[in-house]
Amino acid sequence: MAQPFRLPSGGRVDRATPIRFTFDGRTIEGFAGDTVASALLANGVHLVGRSFKYHRPRGILTHGSDEPSALLQVDRGPGKIDPNNRATVVEARNGLATTSLNRWPSLGFDVGAVNDLLSPVFVAGFYYKTFMWPRSFWDKVYEPVIRAAAGLGVAPQVPDADAYANRHAHCDVLVVGGGPAGLAAALAAAKTGKRVILADEQPEFGGSLLHETGASIDGQSAEAWRAAAIEELDGYESVTLLPRTTAFGYYNHNHVALTERVTDHRESPAKGAPRERLWQVRAAEVVLATGAHERPLVFADNDRPGVMLAESVRVFINRYGVAPGRRIVFVTSGASAYAAAADAKAAGLEVVMVDLRPERDCASEAADLRLMGVEVLTGQTVIGTKGRKRVAGLVVAPCANGTVGARRVIACDCVGMSGGWTPAVHLFSQSRGKLAYDEGRDAFLPGVSAQAERSAGAAAGVYDLASCLATGFAAGAEAAGATETRAFAASPTRIGFTPVRDLPTDADPAKVRAFVDFQNDVTAKDLKLAMREGFESIEHVKRYTTTGMATDQGKTSNMNALGIVSKALNRPLPAIGTTTFRPPYTPVTFGALVGPARDALFDPIRATPIHEWAAEHGAAFENVALWRRAWYFAKPGEDMHAAVVRECRAVREGVGLFDASTLGKIEVVGPDAAEFMNRMYVNPWTKLGVGRCRYGLMLKEDGYILDDGVVARMAEDRFHVTTTTGGAPRVMNHMEDYLQTEWPDLDVFLTSTTEQWAVIAVQGPKARDVIAPLVSGIDLSNEAFPHMSVREGAICGAPCRLFRVSFTGDLGYEINVPADYGRAVWEAVFAAGEPYGITPYGTETMHVLRAEKGYIIVGQETDGTVTPDDVGLAGMIAKAKKDFVGKRSLARPDVVASGRKQLVGLATETASLVLDEGAQIVADPNQPIPMKMLGHVTSSYFSANCGRSIALALVADGRALMGRTLHVTTPTGFAPATVCDPVFFDAEGGRIHA
Amino acid sequence: MLLIDCPFCGTRPETEFRCGGEAHIARPADPSALDDGAWAEHLFVRSNPRGLHAERWVHAHGCGRWFNAVRDTFTDRFVETYKAGEQPSHPIDDARA
Repeated sequence: MAQPFRLPSGGRVDRATPIRFTFDGRTIEGFAGDTVASALLANGVHLVGRSFKYHRPRGILTHGSDEPSALLQVDRGPGKIDPNNRATVVEARNGLATTSLNRWPSLGFDVGAVNDLLSPVFVAGFYYKTFMWPRSFWDKVYEPVIRAAAGLGVAPQVPDADAYANRHAHCDVLVVGGGPAGLAAALAAAKTGKRVILADEQPEFGGSLLHETGASIDGQSAEAWRAAAIEELDGYESVTLLPRTTAFGYYNHNHVALTERVTDHRESPAKGAPRERLWQVRAAEVVLATGAHERPLVFADNDRPGVMLAESVRVFINRYGVAPGRRIVFVTSGASAYAAAADAKAAGLEVVMVDLRPERDCASEAADLRLMGVEVLTGQTVIGTKGRKRVAGLVVAPCANGTVGARRVIACDCVGMSGGWTPAVHLFSQSRGKLAYDEGRDAFLPGVSAQAERSAGAAAGVYDLASCLATGFAAGAEAAGATETRAFAASPTRIGFTPVRDLPTDADPAKVRAFVDFQNDVTAKDLKLAMREGFESIEHVKRYTTTGMATDQGKTSNMNALGIVSKALNRPLPAIGTTTFRPPYTPVTFGALVGPARDALFDPIRATPIHEWAAEHGAAFENVALWRRAWYFAKPGEDMHAAVVRECRAVREGVGLFDASTLGKIEVVGPDAAEFMNRMYVNPWTKLGVGRCRYGLMLKEDGYILDDGVVARMAEDRFHVTTTTGGAPRVMNHMEDYLQTEWPDLDVFLTSTTEQWAVIAVQGPKARDVIAPLVSGIDLSNEAFPHMSVREGAICGAPCRLFRVSFTGDLGYEINVPADYGRAVWEAVFAAGEPYGITPYGTETMHVLRAEKGYIIVGQETDGTVTPDDVGLAGMIAKAKKDFVGKRSLARPDVVASGRKQLVGLATETASLVLDEGAQIVADPNQPIPMKMLGHVTSSYFSANCGRSIALALVADGRALMGRTLHVTTPTGFAPATVCDPVFFDAEGGRIHA
Repeated sequence: MLLIDCPFCGTRPETEFRCGGEAHIARPADPSALDDGAWAEHLFVRSNPRGLHAERWVHAHGCGRWFNAVRDTFTDRFVETYKAGEQPSHPIDDARA
């Protein structure tokens, strides 16, 4: 019979809509509205996993997001596999394939269960104790074995096929939690007209009202009240209702992050709908109505499948119409479990109640239950459980003043346990609010707020339904700036419990396995061992024993662990404190955090107007900051090396074409422009003539090189500044900073024009011949337009700023045209150059050609600790200037000291050997280790034009070492190289003026 | 994510801003007049208080303007923001004092 444990009636499931999914290959039938957990229980499946360390059989402990045990791998189709899903929150639907974790070869027969027999070895801290020696075992034995054993679920092997969305929202009042307190809060806030967001992690709002089937509010059934509340909230345009939405992080200034599960529960989601949506809500005020978690009881073998929380038993019966067992023993130290027992009895199940409290402390609820014909034992303790893969009996004994009486075994197929309640203060604590221990409720409650928030209902330790509603309403009104309060009439709630830690037992303490943290297999014994070994701080105990860690973050275990530590140390609980609550409250998918920032949207891509042309002509691209730059243009059959050799020769022998559009460009304009430039750069600018260019060097205030680039004076009050490709924003910010904060008196405006100009570099002996027919209004002759000058005119009819500059050492021009003309002018130049064999080249060739000339690249020859003199550019510094940014630092003692690294060339003895950039340099390769490092290689290439490899390096006192042989590290040992001038090609420099 | 009140634009999320370190450290009018110790002090030594700290911020992804803020380095709370050239209304803590 399908669903043998489905009750004949009751529950919120839709019995008209059957669904099917698989668990470990077996077909499970359920109804729409089931969770995977409730459907499994309806089919009598309690064994759903193996525990983390001991591979013990584990079942379903809870009914919600606090579930530590029932973790499943959920497969929703190709690319949609998720590990470690809690069966209690995954909504059952057609087409799901779920599998249990941490077992081999099967859930029923698991070889790893041998760990349970070896449990004396796997005590707290066993990692630290066991894998110490021998040292050589670590890489080969310990680490591979630990890695294979670690974790529970299996990481997906293929990219996530789902889409995820991000959304930012603002509201006046954010209510977290849609139980009675949250609903009341939302109603109160909504009435004021304020913008309200109500979020709840469940598919339906209502929280405990969803299973408090017998409760009444204001004279109507709880369900009728709930439905009316939601209908009212839905009617406000200013209210946003977010079901299936978990607030997982509470950050500064009421910035709350939530994930909304949009389509996981749908068999065929709308096309394009995201799987999840990350909400980042900025709320003026927050109401936390996050409820409370029930505590398990700590007794031997309390992890047996079939042992669950009492309230969860009630939820499965009332909300899902499922009997977790036919004969249920409830064991409790509080009143709430009596409601569960009564509902179980009313559902026709056999029920026994075992109360740990003496009769005098539970007489009223015990009497009520006995009236229903239920056996109630009081003043008991639990010795253990019977059964292996499913609980078959509970062993109890009377216990008074620490004396344990005769044992009795109560046969059962389900145990509902309750050790009291722990308010879910996670978000409050994340908001940096201070927790305060309340002895009467044995709980840490929200104390002093750090942000504009307040807690209500069970989250604030209020468990009575009428009070939950009233505190919720008051909190919602207050958050909305109103003072209205309301009293609610509600059916009474069974509340109150006596805190218990680990239960007294007459068994051999060494053999008792009483679990505190089910997910991490931490027992009460482990905690006590940790304390005997000297771990007393709760944060240390947590890390040493791993209690409270992993996906459930100790929601069910924390208070029990604190209580046991407190008892063992004989210190009051508040003196123990709690561990820090950190986001996320429940696990968040990477997909939700990443959102749409994948693939092409991972990072913005900047492309020049000539990008498409380069792509069409076979360019390989490299990333330079956010830019994609053409790296080299390989012809069919060429590898990168061959292409670069060809491109380098073409520029030196004929003419090459290079896209320099990515260079940063800043227009510096104003009456004080020259003065501003004088202060920002080391160079003198006052006397630079209009139409002339100068290589500018910019320092930080500490004297180290920040950036460089050619600067042209377009007019007395106008400079066209260029920067490095990656440095453009940095330079702009640097200039703005000084202009705004140090010299606001200067009349200067800065405008970034990087994207406005396309820059086409035409380089090589034939450059003038190529562009001459295209340029109008500019005399290109050497006399009229010498090296390092700029002219305005037109090219192909487009306005242009034509620079005669060169980063190759050969005759060259850089054509600046408005970006929209970029590709057309590029193509015109390319066509005009074809008779000369014009060759497009990429950044690799650009690098080689400049290195042949010893031109530095900021960020390659410099690293933020390099001065102008270090790279041989001290001559650029204007001697007459009294001050510029960085000048004073050039006289600092460590900047003028000898022994600084200086830029030199390196010529390897083996001409074909290309050194590694970054390779270290020593004087004597035979010296003892650690060797004295003299410096490192900064640039290294094979130069076709020089017929050998070339390298630039920073070497201590390098300029004094000319001609010396030094030794450079290579992957196969040291290679000898001779220190030489960094200019390898055309040392006289005549070609640039051709 | 913090909210920061730009004196020119109003309250905006932290991601629009960039911090420029301690405020009210004027660049000396004539750096060459400072000895090495005084210059090193100007360049490198900052107050680093536990408490109220005056800082330079720029609304980088907004108006682009630099302004000052008083932030509590312990609570990470922005106490006030004000335009460059103005003085804070809160007394700032100075670990060097």
